[in-house]
This record gives sequence, structure tokens and C-alpha cells, in this order.
Amino acid sequence: MGRLLLHRLGGLLTTLFLSSIVIFGSLYLAPGSPENVLFGNRQPTPEARLMVRHRLHLDQPLPVRYWDWLTGVLHGDLGTSMVTGQPVADRIGAGLGNTLILVLMTMIIVVLVGMGAGLAAALLPGRVDGAVSMLTSVSVTVPPFVASTLLISVFAVRLGWFPASGLGDGVAGKIQGLILPACAMALISCGFLARVTRNAVREQVEREHVQTALVRGLPRSAVLRSHVLRNALPPIITAVGLLTAGTFASTLVVESAFAVPGIGQLTIQSVAQKDFPVVQAVALLLVGAFVLCNAASDLIQAVVDPRLREAGSTS
Amino acid sequence: MKHLWTRASASLGRSGMLSAAFLVVVLVAAVAASLVAPADPNQQSLLDAYSGPSGAHLLGTDGIGRDILSRLVFGARTSLLGPALVVGVSLLIGIPLALAASWYGGWVDGVVARVFDLVYALPGLLLAVLTVALFGPGLTPAVAALSVAYVPFLARIVRAAARQQRVSPYVDALSVQGFGVLRISGRHILRNIAPVVVGQAAIAFGYALLDLASLSYLGLAVQAPTSDWGVMVSDSDALIKGYWLPVIAPGVLIVLTVLALTVLGARISGEKPPGYLRRSRRAAAAVKEKSTVGAAA
Amino acid sequence: MSADAPAVPLLELTGLTVDFTTEDGVSRTLLDGVDLSLAPGEALGLVGESGSGKSMTVRAITRLLPRAATASGTIRFEGADVGAMDAGALRGYRDGGVGLVFQDPRAHINPTRKIGAFLTEALVRNRHLGKKEALARAEAVLAEVGIDDPARRLRQYPHEVSGGMLQRVMIASVLLAEPRLILADEPTTALDVTIQREVVGILDRLRRDRGMGMVFITHDLDLALAVCGRVAVMYAGRIVELRSAETLHERAAHPYTLGLLGSRPAIDERSERLSAILGRPVSAFEAGPGCAFAPRCSFATETCETTPPPLTEFDGGLVRCGRVEEIHAHRKSEEANA
Repeated sequence: MGRLLLHRLGGLLTTLFLSSIVIFGSLYLAPGSPENVLFGNRQPTPEARLMVRHRLHLDQPLPVRYWDWLTGVLHGDLGTSMVTGQPVADRIGAGLGNTLILVLMTMIIVVLVGMGAGLAAALLPGRVDGAVSMLTSVSVTVPPFVASTLLISVFAVRLGWFPASGLGDGVAGKIQGLILPACAMALISCGFLARVTRNAVREQVEREHVQTALVRGLPRSAVLRSHVLRNALPPIITAVGLLTAGTFASTLVVESAFAVPGIGQLTIQSVAQKDFPVVQAVALLLVGAFVLCNAASDLIQAVVDPRLREAGSTS
Repeated sequence: MKHLWTRASASLGRSGMLSAAFLVVVLVAAVAASLVAPADPNQQSLLDAYSGPSGAHLLGTDGIGRDILSRLVFGARTSLLGPALVVGVSLLIGIPLALAASWYGGWVDGVVARVFDLVYALPGLLLAVLTVALFGPGLTPAVAALSVAYVPFLARIVRAAARQQRVSPYVDALSVQGFGVLRISGRHILRNIAPVVVGQAAIAFGYALLDLASLSYLGLAVQAPTSDWGVMVSDSDALIKGYWLPVIAPGVLIVLTVLALTVLGARISGEKPPGYLRRSRRAAAAVKEKSTVGAAA
Repeated sequence: MSADAPAVPLLELTGLTVDFTTEDGVSRTLLDGVDLSLAPGEALGLVGESGSGKSMTVRAITRLLPRAATASGTIRFEGADVGAMDAGALRGYRDGGVGLVFQDPRAHINPTRKIGAFLTEALVRNRHLGKKEALARAEAVLAEVGIDDPARRLRQYPHEVSGGMLQRVMIASVLLAEPRLILADEPTTALDVTIQREVVGILDRLRRDRGMGMVFITHDLDLALAVCGRVAVMYAGRIVELRSAETLHERAAHPYTLGLLGSRPAIDERSERLSAILGRPVSAFEAGPGCAFAPRCSFATETCETTPPPLTEFDGGLVRCGRVEEIHAHRKSEEANA
């Protein structure tokens, strides 16, 4: 178990390191130098340009700049926004909480509804299974931005139950403002999770060891809980990990749709404004969240299934 | 022709044929847009703004009086072209890599798998957003980024299918006869795994369509005056004013197209349709039970 | 039924038939009118090739049939109708009435839980024993089935022990429940040849000690003869011959039983002249209107192909063959000539 933990941690750091190089390198190799953002439409004198380049450390070689940036990141200094002049860490800090709450709310909905529907479909063949399968087939094709517009048009504009954009005041206002965005992201993930859950549980129900449990006279509920569900968990956990990671990516779209002040909206704004230090930090943060979700799901799986524990070679 | 028809309907089933028919209609509309569309998609008429469905405008008009139906028909062009490019480029990169990995195995396979893992760690949408940050908004950078992001998805499937072929006796037989790697992989293995590849490509097409539409919705891929389904959904003015048709119609069209692609893709690659698509539910139950009996006996 | 069946049998099957509905909605018979009776403490062998319906019989007895299969006829356990049991009664019957030893312990024991949890689960849930007490009992029974260091095994996972040991764990789990009837469904087929005998020996000894009845299913006629008092030979979902283990060698009368005896490696000269059975075994639904074995039988006539023979008394046992008298006479005369 310990070795697996180390193994996964190593893989996680490697991926983060490689992605940081790719992200940092590519942004500064981009056509149109970063300093142009500061000048906007003005034509700078060569001297002014040189001075700005020096202030942004653009006159130093790329590896040096990367090293400076990396050591800065490790000390919590993510750089300075080129647009607002604020520290990047502050801009991210302001939105991070909203994004985390949004992702958490989304995943709570996904796990409750998706797993619930999948379980119902697996255990009640026939009508229930058919209805759930049909709903999931459709829901996995509804992207968050289409779901957003549907939800806004019905619940915000028509019924006025929720704000169409932005968040209210206080915790209650925040939660109320995040419900529609969470539902918009949850719809597609619920479909996926329901499908995975259904298939995993179906497969386990037909397993021989479940027959053994039944033929020993164990109550159905006990067989379901400690044999069927327990053994069906690994694929479900993998799916939840992947879907959580995907939800972080979806915040790019949904936070923009609902004007939620979070990391996703910040990313899209910064991209539009070519605010490179912010884009860099946010991109790395999202990749980190993505990699972390996958590693976490691997580790939880090993807790559930002892056969995966010894394999340091799970990758 | 009739023979082809019966064969297709037998292997695709009712749901698959229905999906295929829908896709053909969309495709024809896209290709022959100027013949099919009732009006010029960019023809503004402020007097007709937000007019509901009528004889003149079957699906009504948007905020500046443009005909929704015509915009949907012309929008099919950009909406389908992007994903087609993504899938095409991904396959061009992915198939040779996957075939090489499955043929040589060993370290070639290992290296290719590692690279795929790395790319897989980056969500396609994020990769595309970063690319747009570099090169500015537009369909080209978005398509380029998604093409790279979709390589692992398709190549993994090709690799797994090709691996199965690689170990089958006919490949050994061809090897013994002195046929080279290129000929065996390119002609025989590829032909045998074609259904799976085509099926999964159709599914990838659907997801690329969703990703590109999301990017266009964010204003990062196809740009505003151009007709595109994603761009049309982003018309928040109509949405806030309570005119849902200009926004929901393209949204529904996206969902239906992707649904048709996933259903068709699953049928082509030989997956069994889910229970509700099968003729007899009892038959479906029997299939599953049969497998348990087989395992127990 | 054979004469030695007592008044209240442990297990009694009457006209047990299992039909299976296929993909296309076609109904296929897998088990066709099986009559069997088992006295308390008795061991009965059920022998046949794959598809003969022996596993289906066990599944029907434990009401573990797949959903697409339906059983008709009656199964009585100590006089109670198994088919009519409600959920509670069924659980009680499965808990202390019958115990099932499956063929493949690797697949039939939950791989994600420790061996200790597997062994004590039923005791804790059904008998409301304390965890400690249950573990102590499990440890004792593990020692009885010949497992070294049982305390350590209880803390191990199934994938950490060998297949042979896992099958002993399975046997221990059945013994722990102290059922009146053990159903052993090819308990050694998945094991190495070298440990097959050992495992069967343990099963046989411990069941005798405890006075448990047993239905032993196998395709190995010799093995059945070694551990069972009576042996029923099945073909295409029907019993074709039933007799005591001691007399089966001498008095086997059905051509199929004769074939089974002959298809074993010859251990005495007499079996040399019997040839192995040609053709492949069929399932009940593939059989023609007459005797199911007729297509493979060297004695078959046109009547055999059209008229199904009944199971009748012959030479101290039961035989399902229309020409049994003629064949018997023919063999006797040949033996005399030799």
C-alpha cells in the first residue's frame, strides 16, 4: 500500500512537472510577444520596449525564466497579472472557493443521482432499466453549455427561482447562485455514472461469489451491500475520479455562462485578455486538479480491492 | 443497391438506421445549404426581430431579424467541418502510432503508451483554451488542439484491436509468406479492425462536435457573425429576454446530432444496443442469463 | 424408486424438469423428469458428461436457477416443498439445510474480503454469533480440513492462497454451517490432479463423521464410486441408470454406462473389449423423440430412435433402455463364448 502511494505520488509530480514545462514553454513561444499586451494599440519606442522586456524578465533565456517562475510558484508567488497588476495568487484566491464549492455540489448531485439511477437500473431489469438507459443515452450528449441555456431559460428567466448570472450575498446566496451551474454540469456526468454503475453492478450480480453468498442463506440486503456493491465499486470510483476532473474542465464553460466569479471564468477572461501569468497559473492548477483526481481514485480503489494493493505496476 | 440496404439495416438495426438517416439529412443540408436554406443566414431585418415561427420564418428570427432555420442550415457547415477535421487528423496521427505500438510491442509500445498517458492527463477543452490563448481565437487553433487531444482516445482503441489481430494465426501465416509489416498492417489488420475504428471515430466525432461547440459558445473558436450552432447558443440577449427558440433550437440540434453519432458509432463497432432499443426485452434478459449458465456449467 | 429409500427421505426429487428460454424466446429442456431420493447421511453420485444436466439439478435443488430457467416437478427436503418456500424459509433451508461446494473456489469466494470474513459471515449474520466466537470456530474447522496455521489464513485474502487451499476453505465454510445435506458440484475439477484425491478424501471423511448426506456431482465415474453409496448416471437431462456403487462395475446394463466404464483407461482385461463412446454428448433439447443416447449407441434400432424408453427395474437397479434384456443376454453369451 505504501509503495503504491509513493508510486502514484511520483507519477503525479512527474506529470505536473512536465505539464508545467509544456505550459510555461508554449506560452512564451507564442507569436506576438507578451509585452504587446501592455502596449495595446500603441506603437512603443524601441527603448520603451526594451525596458518593459527587462522588467518582465523577457530578456533572459527561457530556462532561467522557467526556473525563476518555478521557484516562485513553490514559494507561493505566482507572478503578477499583466492586466490588473494584482498578484496572480490574489486573483486565483478570490475565485478558488467558488469553483471548489461548485465542483463539490456538482459531484454530490452526480453521485446521488447517477449512482442511484444506475443501481435502480441494475437491480430492476425491464421497465426501470429501459427508462434509465434511455435517459442516460440522451443525457450523455447534452453538453454543459446547452444544459446551461435550458436551465437559465426555464428556472431563471421563466420561473425566476434562481439568478441567471452571478452569485447572491452570503452563503445562502452563493449556494442559490451555484445550484443551476452545478445542475448544468451534473447532467452529462450523471448519465455517464449511471451507465458505469449499472454495468458494474449488473456484472457483479451475475458473479459466482454472489451465488455463493445467496446459497449460504444470507439476507438479500447483506449480499447486495457487502458483495455486489462493494465489488462493483472500483469502476465506479474510477468514473467518479474522471468525472470530477472533467467537471473542473467544464467550469471553464459553465462559470462563463452563469457569470460565476471562479477559476473557470478567470481562465477564459485571461485568455481573452492574453494575461499570460494568470493563464499559466490557472492552467497548471486545473491540470493539478485533473491529475490529483485520477491519483485519488486509484488509491481509493486499492483500499477497496486488496488485489490492487501489491501491484506497484498499476500504471 | 437493394442488397446493400438490407445488409446495412440488418447490422445497424432500427436505431442505427434512424441515426444514419438523421445524419444524412444534416449532411445534405450542410453541403447544399444555399439550396436548402429558405433565406440568407446573415440577412438582417430589424423590423422582424424576435418574430415567432411563421410561414416566412419557420423557426422565427433572432434579435436582429436573421432567419433561425437558415442559420441552422448554414451553421451545420462549420459545426460539422470542425469535428471532421479533428477526427481526420487524430486518425492520421493515431493509426500509424497505434499500429507500430501493437506490431513491435516492447519499448515502442511502452513509449507510445506513456506519451498517450501524458496527453490524456490534459482535458481536451483546457488544451484548446491554452492554444487559443497562444494563437488567438479561431477555428484553426481549436481544431489543432483538439486533434492532438483526441489522438490517445482513438489510438488506444486501434492499438487494442490491432493487438488482438497481431496474435491471430492469419498474421503469422502472412508473416511466414514474407509479407512485410506495412502490407500486413496496412491492408489486412486495418481492414479487419475497420468496423471498430469507424464506429469509435463516429463517437469521437460526436464528442469533438461538443467540444468545438463549447469553444465557439465561449467565443474562442468560430467567431460571431458566422452561423454556427455553438455561436447561436451563446446568444444570451435572446435568452434573458425570454426568446428561447433562437438559443434552444441549435442546442437541441447539437444534442440530436451527437446522439445519432453515438448510437450509430456503437452499432458500427458491434456493441449490443442497450435493452430499450432491442425488440424483445425478454430476449435481452435471456442473453444475459445464458452467459451465467455458460459460466456455471 | 430403489427399495432401500426410507420412509422420510432427506431429499426427494419427483419429475424435476428444467426449461430454459433462449434469446429467441424458444423454450429448451435441460432437465427432463428426474426422480431421485436420498436418505439422511447417504451419499449419492451424479455422473455424466457436460450438458447432461447434473449442474442444473444442483441449481434447482438450491433454487439458484438463472432467471431464464424455470423448474417444474417437486423438490422435497425433509418433507418440505422447496419450491413453495417463502423468502424466510428459503434462507433457513439454505443456511442449515443444504451446503453447496462449488467447482471453482477462485470465482466463488469474494476476492475483496479476507478468508476469515468469508468463513464467519454466515455464522455472524444468520446464527448471531459474536465475531470472536465465529472466528474461533472457523479456525478449528480450517485445522480439520488440513490447513496449516489456520489463524494466519483467516487474515489472508483469497488471492494469497493456492487453489487447493481455497477449495478446502470452501469445504470448511460448508461444514461450519453444519447442513444436513452437502451438494458438491465437481469440487475437484478445477484443482491439480495431485491434490484432487486429497480434497475429496477430506470432504468424504468429515461428512461421514458428521452424518451429513451428500450429492456428489462429477464426470469421473471412478471418483463417484469411491465416495458414494449409490450412483446415478445422467445423459441428456435424464437419469439413464441408477445402482449401488458396489454392484455398478459388475451389473452396469445401460450402453452409456458401459461406455463410460470402457472409456476409462483399462484397469482390468474385461473392459478392453468395450469401446469408447463415439460422437459428442447432447443436451436434453437436442435429443430426438426416442432414446436420447440412440444416435451414439452401437445397439440402437429404429424403435430406439422413435420410442422413449422408461426407467425400469433391472438386475437390482434402474435402467432406461428399451433393449436392456437383449443387450444383457447378448453380452452374457459373448462372455460365455470367450
